[in-house]
Amino acid sequence: MMKRDECFRLLARHIKDEAVVATYSSAVDWVGVAPRPLNYLSIGAMGLDSSHGLGLALGRPDKRVVVLQGDGSLLMNLGSLVTIAAAAPKNLVHFVAHNETYEANGGHPIPNRKVDFAGIARSAGYAAVYDFSDLKIFEQQVAHVLEQQGPVFAALHVEPSRPLKYDYLSLYDPAKRKAFKAAYMARN
Amino acid sequence: MTAGAVSADLKRRELNGSAIIAAIKASGIEFVLSVPDIVTSAGLLRPIAQDSAFRLIRVCKEDECIGIASGLSYCDKRALVLIQYTGFLDSLNAIRGVAVEYTQPICMMVGLLAHDPEKPPRQSPKYGVRILEPIMDDMGIAHHLINEDAHVVKIQPAIEKAYRESLPVAFLIGRRPSVDGGSSDDEEG
Repeated sequence: MMKRDECFRLLARHIKDEAVVATYSSAVDWVGVAPRPLNYLSIGAMGLDSSHGLGLALGRPDKRVVVLQGDGSLLMNLGSLVTIAAAAPKNLVHFVAHNETYEANGGHPIPNRKVDFAGIARSAGYAAVYDFSDLKIFEQQVAHVLEQQGPVFAALHVEPSRPLKYDYLSLYDPAKRKAFKAAYMARN
Repeated sequence: MTAGAVSADLKRRELNGSAIIAAIKASGIEFVLSVPDIVTSAGLLRPIAQDSAFRLIRVCKEDECIGIASGLSYCDKRALVLIQYTGFLDSLNAIRGVAVEYTQPICMMVGLLAHDPEKPPRQSPKYGVRILEPIMDDMGIAHHLINEDAHVVKIQPAIEKAYRESLPVAFLIGRRPSVDGGSSDDEEG
């Protein structure tokens, strides 16, 4: 089992000018590792991370979009796997941190801790699917994952993290949304 | 009334589907995000699916549309969410968070399933239709009833305003839009 923040540290080494959509616990860990204008943090409702990512990817096919979604979030929008696979954005990489809990809502278990997200993504029709539970293997393969033609899905089997501080006022600051758009649209 | 007369009467009472699609195009809409709605299925969704001017994204559940449209708006791409009123109600939390609290330009075209188009939505025989406008009023969502062909002119300026001011807007489709040269879908859906 890996730790989410350790996975994100490894991932951040390979992130350049991608848009990164992250929410709740994943957002807290990601912002701790890689604070940057190209982080898209305001999704408005739990589960919509993957849908926002799809919109960003369809809107700018020349840009790469990375989604960092929690397992509870994905369960609220499982259909988005089918929608994304059908829309087939080549520039979308979709990570799911599978810690088996609704971490931001008190650490309660998800309905089925052992749900096979990678299997569901594969059946939905993602172009490439990965399943990581070993940090060394993830370190070796993360660059390869990011280079694949999308939509790419990768499940990260991680431990529930230490208690996090959720500063939602900062995460959802309207100025961050404005900065994101300026940064995303400025890239050529 | 003969079958032919019934058909002619139904046709007369339909909205001009082509005019609505023309208004959507004139508004700069490039993406249509949809879960099928029986009111708009034949007159709007089917022709839109065949029209290369649009990219149709078929979604599994209506709230996905709200996230996708938001992501597209950050790319300066315009989207129309084409759904049934039941899908609007199902998506209220997403609309609340994204469209209202984040003031995103989410443009929604909402079919009024089983509504009696001779009555205003607030007096609809369908409970779910009756509560739509009061909910939108409470949420501060601009809404326009498209119940006559004369109402179609409201569409383009309302979408332009939504994107100019970054605010949501909803169009309530009270009558079935017509099908050019085709047959309508059944009412039950």
